[in-house]
Amino acid sequence: MKEMSVRNDFPIMERLIHDKPLTYLDSAATSQKPAVVIDALADFYRNNNANVHRGIYTLSEESTLAYETTRDKVAKFIKAGSERNIIFTRNTTESLNLVAYSWGREHIKPGDEILITPMEHHSNIVPWMILCNEMGSIIKYIPLDDDGTLDLSNLDELISEKTKIVSLTHMSNVLGTINPIKEIIAKANKVSALSVVDGAQGAPHLPVDVVDLDVDLYAFSAHKMLGPTGVGVLYGKDEVLSSMRPFLGGGEMIDEVYEDRFTWKEAPLKFEAGTPNFADVAAFGVAIDYLENIGMHNVRKHEIDITNYAMEQVKKIDQSIKIFGPENLDIRGGVLAFDFPGVHPHDVAQMMDWDGIQIRAGHHCAQPLMRRLGVSATARASFYIYNNEEDVDRFVDSLKKGGEYFGDASR
Amino acid sequence: MVMPPDEPKFDDLYKELILDHYRYPHNRGVLEKPDVDMQQHNPVCGDKIRLTAIIKDGAISQIEFLGQGCAISQASASMLTDRVKGLNLGDVDKLSINFRDMLKGGKPDEQLMQDLMSLQGVSKYPIRIKCAVLAWDTLQEALGLK
Ligand SMILES: Cc1ncc(COP(=O)(O)O)c(C=O)c1O
Repeated sequence: MKEMSVRNDFPIMERLIHDKPLTYLDSAATSQKPAVVIDALADFYRNNNANVHRGIYTLSEESTLAYETTRDKVAKFIKAGSERNIIFTRNTTESLNLVAYSWGREHIKPGDEILITPMEHHSNIVPWMILCNEMGSIIKYIPLDDDGTLDLSNLDELISEKTKIVSLTHMSNVLGTINPIKEIIAKANKVSALSVVDGAQGAPHLPVDVVDLDVDLYAFSAHKMLGPTGVGVLYGKDEVLSSMRPFLGGGEMIDEVYEDRFTWKEAPLKFEAGTPNFADVAAFGVAIDYLENIGMHNVRKHEIDITNYAMEQVKKIDQSIKIFGPENLDIRGGVLAFDFPGVHPHDVAQMMDWDGIQIRAGHHCAQPLMRRLGVSATARASFYIYNNEEDVDRFVDSLKKGGEYFGDASR
Repeated sequence: MVMPPDEPKFDDLYKELILDHYRYPHNRGVLEKPDVDMQQHNPVCGDKIRLTAIIKDGAISQIEFLGQGCAISQASASMLTDRVKGLNLGDVDKLSINFRDMLKGGKPDEQLMQDLMSLQGVSKYPIRIKCAVLAWDTLQEALGLK
């Protein structure tokens, strides 16, 4: 495996955990940040800080420029037609809630169907449930095969005239499955259903082209792609955004306010009420430059290599270990959730922590999926550009040790 | 930089006695015609405990558990069944209070705790405390204590 020479760009990699070198394997939850991004945030506060879109003075102009330049970079990053199509939010969760509120409350009627999948993160389930509770619509699921891929055999029946929204994840944060979203979006478009993609794991790890996908709305979070926390993105097609009502009300989003009524701005500002998180957005622009510089095809290639290596090594430890999700790396991202019978995920994660290894244990905000897999929790390692073979080796050694330590449980 | 307050050691948490109970749990099963039958789970991590018990003359005469979860939650349940068998409900309540207090960092009554002392190390791992008390929550609920 060719190593990516970026590890040294991430200052946290110097950190020791319990006197061991840090092995960070939880990038699906949040990524680490390169020094350029950390510095950009401090630089912004040191040199350019002022509120955006307001003042007629140098600092405010600089600040607005930084904010709007990132919008431009985000648009180019996902090949959107224009920066007009890019709305800044707090995170993927807020982006999806915005859609459920501003599109859902405007267009959904009792009996309408919202189609999702069993592998969704809670943030792509609960907003639809809230909408259904309010509007009397119904949630339906595309079934999941045992190999961790969607069963599309009945898709033509599932997507019907009643279907008003089809919302699914680009890549599962538990199974690693990369869904055939283009094919599903095409079916949704045919019946004029709104197509929504949760790109929380897509944008950080895969090349994305929203125009080619022909998707109506695409949501993701900066913090999972080397950027700061507190910034999310919602991409939307022009006609879709203009058919949505505003989300929050307040400053920035309004055009004119009278004693008894108000008018609002066009997208994207229509959806950005209040002072936005402009400092973090400015730093996010640097994260995008950094990723563009590496190239998303190279990011993807690196993750295929490291996931391949990790799957091979984990299988060698013990035959009883079950790795969830598809074997085929063409449709699998850098996520490795597994079940080690007799060795509980929490105990594994705790034990690995002593070896400096940071992995996730729990339901990964996907309880319906856990139920479908027949487990209450799983342990998960996930990879990004800074991980190397050595990380995998340390993880595998520690997992072996865990098997010896906890294994043999008489159940 | 934020550092953990002190560096606890692996063996503080996973004492040999805990691992024994985890690998070879005591009183595992479901009693027939129990007086109390209670199940609880931890929604955060999915750990589950079911307790069945027979109460005679105000004391626990028999108790068994079934469960699923991490070493701490399952060993704690196994130790609980050992420790409360034969105790009257007043003593169970006292024990439960002392046990919870120990997990919050309080000084335990060692005579009272006996083997439960091995779970003291959990107090240094705030997120694991809920694992250790799950069986005790289930028991309290089952007995109508609280
Ligand atoms: C697939 C998926 N969707 C949505 C989210 C939610 O992202 P955020 O917490 O940044 O809103 C996550 C992150 O945990 C995720 O992995």
